[in-house]
Amino acid sequence: MGDVTHELPDRIPTRLVINGVSHTLDLLPWTTLLDALRDHLALTGTKKGCDHGQCGACTVLIDGRRVNSCLTLAVMKDSAEITTIEGLAKDGALHPLQQAFIDHDAFQCGYCTPGQICSAAGLLAEGRARDADQIRELMSGNL
Amino acid sequence: MNNFRYSRASDIADAIRLLAPDPGAKLIAGGTNLIDLMKENVERPSRLIDISRLPLREIVETPDGGLRIGALVPNSDLAYHPLIEQRYPLLASAILAGASAQLRNMASVGGNLMQRTRCPYFYDTATPCNKRSLGSGCSAIDGLNRNHAILGTSNSCIATNPSDMSVALAALGALVHIAGPNGERTIALTDFHRLPDDKPHLDTNLGSGEIIIAVELPPHSFARNYSYLKIRDRMSYAFALVSVAAALELEGNAISGARVALGGVAHKPWRSLEAEAALRGQAATPDHFGHAADLLLQGASARSHNGFKIELARRAVVRTLMQATNATPQSQAHKKIA
Ligand SMILES: Cc1cc2nc3c(=O)[nH]c(=O)nc-3n(C[C@H](O)[C@H](O)[C@H](O)COP(=O)(O)OP(=O)(O)OC[C@H]3O[C@@H](n4cnc5c(N)ncnc54)[C@H](O)[C@@H]3O)c2cc1C
Ligand code: SF4
Ligand code: FES
Repeated sequence: MGDVTHELPDRIPTRLVINGVSHTLDLLPWTTLLDALRDHLALTGTKKGCDHGQCGACTVLIDGRRVNSCLTLAVMKDSAEITTIEGLAKDGALHPLQQAFIDHDAFQCGYCTPGQICSAAGLLAEGRARDADQIRELMSGNL
Repeated sequence: MNNFRYSRASDIADAIRLLAPDPGAKLIAGGTNLIDLMKENVERPSRLIDISRLPLREIVETPDGGLRIGALVPNSDLAYHPLIEQRYPLLASAILAGASAQLRNMASVGGNLMQRTRCPYFYDTATPCNKRSLGSGCSAIDGLNRNHAILGTSNSCIATNPSDMSVALAALGALVHIAGPNGERTIALTDFHRLPDDKPHLDTNLGSGEIIIAVELPPHSFARNYSYLKIRDRMSYAFALVSVAAALELEGNAISGARVALGGVAHKPWRSLEAEAALRGQAATPDHFGHAADLLLQGASARSHNGFKIELARRAVVRTLMQATNATPQSQAHKKIA
């Protein structure tokens, strides 16, 4: 434990390209990507469940890879391309995973669903799941 | 989280320079362990030094036929790298047994080696813990210690190291390359993590101003007869109660070389050269494996709730060595234990 500073450090200009749109935010260094999305940009599709990397509700894609936004500092992702649940639909058509969740009634309360869908999109991009057991294992970061 | 300052290191020398003047400064790579602990107020750095953009993401072959892995290679990229899948499948398997797909995408090799214990008292700032606050006492010794260590403990701390990757690296005889104010040095992975003795606040032998730059795998890769078996309370996304990394070199059914490392049982990955030597020249049978397991577990001692781990570890060692013998490594997706 070092000397903890009590004065606020400078805000750090941070550019995030979210769902194809560039945003520049002045952020305190401890702002997580999850809080930047929800509290600074009103993109509340990404959910806060545990806030500790355990539930996957906050899953987004950074440069195409699925990650937990609750354990990501936004300032560390300056210039990154971020896709959230709000960015998966294209030209008014739902992403096939979104449509599949509706068709198969794959919700209970729905709170974890955006994270599930973003995680599944990451899983498909990785191309490592070839059978049901592998899908189960590679989706285990959600709930 | 406490207030802290943020700097982005421009190169390795810059990271070392930024670390030097400030004992409260910490490096951050993937952030998956550090940010979690900062949210719990367990870690309260004065400054974070972001090393995530340093050029330490390469996996290259060494002149002697081994591999050098940059400290910032994400865990998922390492596990899925063709040279790792083909030549060091034990390492790939151990990595895929840990955390989740999202976390493995974020977690770095260096951060994985440095991840801190999952002892619940370490996380709970309302309870005494020598690792968090030296001299305050250890709540686990007379508390809930079901998942605590059975080997190499001290009266100060009975925590375990939670890394799966490190268990495979220990078995493979990996080296850790470190840079610091006095230049570079290399230490064996088995000497990188410490036992708690009377200094449980120190997890590793990394100096406070130093940075891990790479992990090196020696040429001998045990690509055929290996297995990583992780026993946990649920099938996925949980830390090990006990895990075993086993690798054999066989001539027919005779063992010419053996490596066994245990995870979840000590403050560091646990190996015994005596146990491995006892296997050389023997037939690969459950009896011989049981004898080696006894040697590996020599001196194991239980606290009130973790006695089951001793027998669990013994059986897991035998089972994992049989999987290695039969070239039927444990699948990390299909959970049935062969
Ligand atoms: C819910 C959950 C479940 C998990 N399950 C597992 C599991 O089953 N098995 C498992 O093995 N792991 C598991 N993990 C832990 C995960 O593997 C680690 O958090 C991760 O490997 C840490 O890497 P990082 O790059 O994110 O480290 P960071 O959080 O960035 O850093 C961790 C520490 O390492 C230091 N550090 C980072 N890089 C360097 C470097 N190059 N040189 C010197 N110091 C450095 C930092 O200063 C910090 O102290 C789990 C984590 C979570 C949150
Ligand atoms: S076992 Fe170690 S980490 Fe856990 S309470 Fe005791 S001193 Fe702290
Ligand atoms: S909110 Fe990030 S994993 Fe639960």
